[in-house]
Amino acid sequence: MIELTGVRKDYASDVRIGPVTVQIPQGGITALVGPNGAGKSTILTMIGRLLDIDHGSIQVAGHDVVNTPSKAIARILSILRQENHFVTRLTVRQLVGFGRFPYSRGRLTAEDEHYISEAIDFLNLTELENRYLDQLSGGQRQRAYVAMVLAQNTDYVLLDEPLNNLDMQHAVQMMSQLRNAADELGRTVVIVLHDINFAAHYSDRILAMKDGTIAEYGTPEEIMRDEVLTRVFNTAVQVIQGPKGPLAVYY
Amino acid sequence: MTIQPHARTAHRSASADTGGIAGRTGMSTAGSGQVTAGVPPLARRRRTLLPLLSGRRQSGPFSDARHLRTYALVMTVLVVLAIGFTVAIMTWNNPMPFGSEGYWTIAGMRRDSLLTIGVVALCHAMATIAFQTAVGNRIITPGIMGFGSLYTAIQTALVYLFGVPAAAMLVGVTPFLLQTVAMLLLATMLYTWLLSGRFSNVHIMLLVGVVIGGTLGSLSNFMQRMLTPSEFDVLTARLFGNISNARADYLPYAIPIALAVTVVLWLWAPKLNVLSLGKTAALNLGLNHKRALIVVLMLVSILIAMATALVGPMMFLGFLSAMLAYQFADTYSHRLLFPMGFLFGYTILAAAYFTLRHVWNAGGAVTIVVELVGGIVFLVFLLRKGRL
Repeated sequence: MIELTGVRKDYASDVRIGPVTVQIPQGGITALVGPNGAGKSTILTMIGRLLDIDHGSIQVAGHDVVNTPSKAIARILSILRQENHFVTRLTVRQLVGFGRFPYSRGRLTAEDEHYISEAIDFLNLTELENRYLDQLSGGQRQRAYVAMVLAQNTDYVLLDEPLNNLDMQHAVQMMSQLRNAADELGRTVVIVLHDINFAAHYSDRILAMKDGTIAEYGTPEEIMRDEVLTRVFNTAVQVIQGPKGPLAVYY
Repeated sequence: MTIQPHARTAHRSASADTGGIAGRTGMSTAGSGQVTAGVPPLARRRRTLLPLLSGRRQSGPFSDARHLRTYALVMTVLVVLAIGFTVAIMTWNNPMPFGSEGYWTIAGMRRDSLLTIGVVALCHAMATIAFQTAVGNRIITPGIMGFGSLYTAIQTALVYLFGVPAAAMLVGVTPFLLQTVAMLLLATMLYTWLLSGRFSNVHIMLLVGVVIGGTLGSLSNFMQRMLTPSEFDVLTARLFGNISNARADYLPYAIPIALAVTVVLWLWAPKLNVLSLGKTAALNLGLNHKRALIVVLMLVSILIAMATALVGPMMFLGFLSAMLAYQFADTYSHRLLFPMGFLFGYTILAAAYFTLRHVWNAGGAVTIVVELVGGIVFLVFLLRKGRL
């Protein structure tokens, strides 16, 4: 379980995210949605201890993310941000191999190799594993990054807008692979999403944020309502019943 | 077999240290049939010495067998060249008859020059590669942080304030160590201050380094204009990188220190590999990014201080050897990059020194030649390959 208690981040005297108090249970996919500047990424990066917390505390699986050594946290949660730029040229397999660093400390054992292969296969990158990242398309590269955090083999996986810059096909593939990661591998996935319809279809819980605080938190059925979405996104939203569940129409 | 996601707690603790996808969940193969296919049991999987040649799926610093062969070939050529130039410098054109006392005296002086070349190449190659990894940029060098300028400023200030006798003051083990400590202190202060608190940003640190370097450079320039011609002459002789004129009495201190730092960087190589992925990825993998950065930058400042005190500022050598190592090794692994960078540095310096001093009898201009020839080689190579 991820537990946030009175978490706050002060960017300036009048720009502040929080206080946020929420519990995200283990298992399944939890989607963070909301308008730009609502604090989705801030909350996610604070859970992933990439950003200092100004007030409050965050516990992941009973471990305080600030006080627990970073090494230990790296075996409990993994986080992937949007921008990934490396100075070195890496193949897919080398990148995924870095996901084992919390266990191997750089010396990959046969066991590590086994998990690296599995993560690569899981994201259908088997054919591409010896290709360099700069020879891949954006969607393939995104999958390689996700394979790296899956190889890290943590119970909790945090992803910051993994669908950014992905076309329809790759976005759907990515989400169904994350769905598999949650269902088959038992990972707890927390994901920042921009498209409310993706969130509604693929996630188990939706956490809607607005102006730095939590506006709504519930199952997709509870969130996918005209009045709720209209309030959260400051836009007139109409929810219709589509062939595969509720669809938000906002244009 | 399928284990329910929420019934994994006990299993998790049992395999917390080595846990893997299948190990933890029993990996239902219904949804993704290829996941476990073809993976032999863990107990029977062994590492082979040359996994790439055996065709097995294995990660490593080389992407394929051809890559491995290229690396081995380049290293072999470099080792042969390095040994060749070493032997040539030691034996070429020694005027005394072999075996006489004078022969060994000359050979001893040449040995000191070679040791200096070795230390300088080691310091610059290691420092530049580690620095570029730490700051995530392969174009800037430690020189940008004002190390060379600080050295110049200290030397110039002493000559300016105390005249030519100060040039004598600058020679000796104590000033050498003091100068090293001064450079180390500056670096430590700068890095810890700039990387903690609200400015925790590598780019701001670099910018401040550039400004400090520029300020110190102008200050030195200003003082140099006020010197008498004879003072200026003495100072210039000190400031130009000069291997044949290197202070051999520093070597007993410089060699162990440089080697110690090299060993530390070697042991840290896996962390440097992770550091090269950038801040967020390094943090995600459990590396204390800020602390690692400060440690690496301090080690770099020690190396640069050593090399600078021995032969003066010589920043392009590090850039060149690092860049050539990146191009030829083409790997993330610092344990492969460091030796190649060192060998490139050593070969380039030794070749320039041998050609200038023993073939053309023009000992002083080694750095100038390194920069000229090295720069051209680098440009040609880069233009042909088309990427950094």
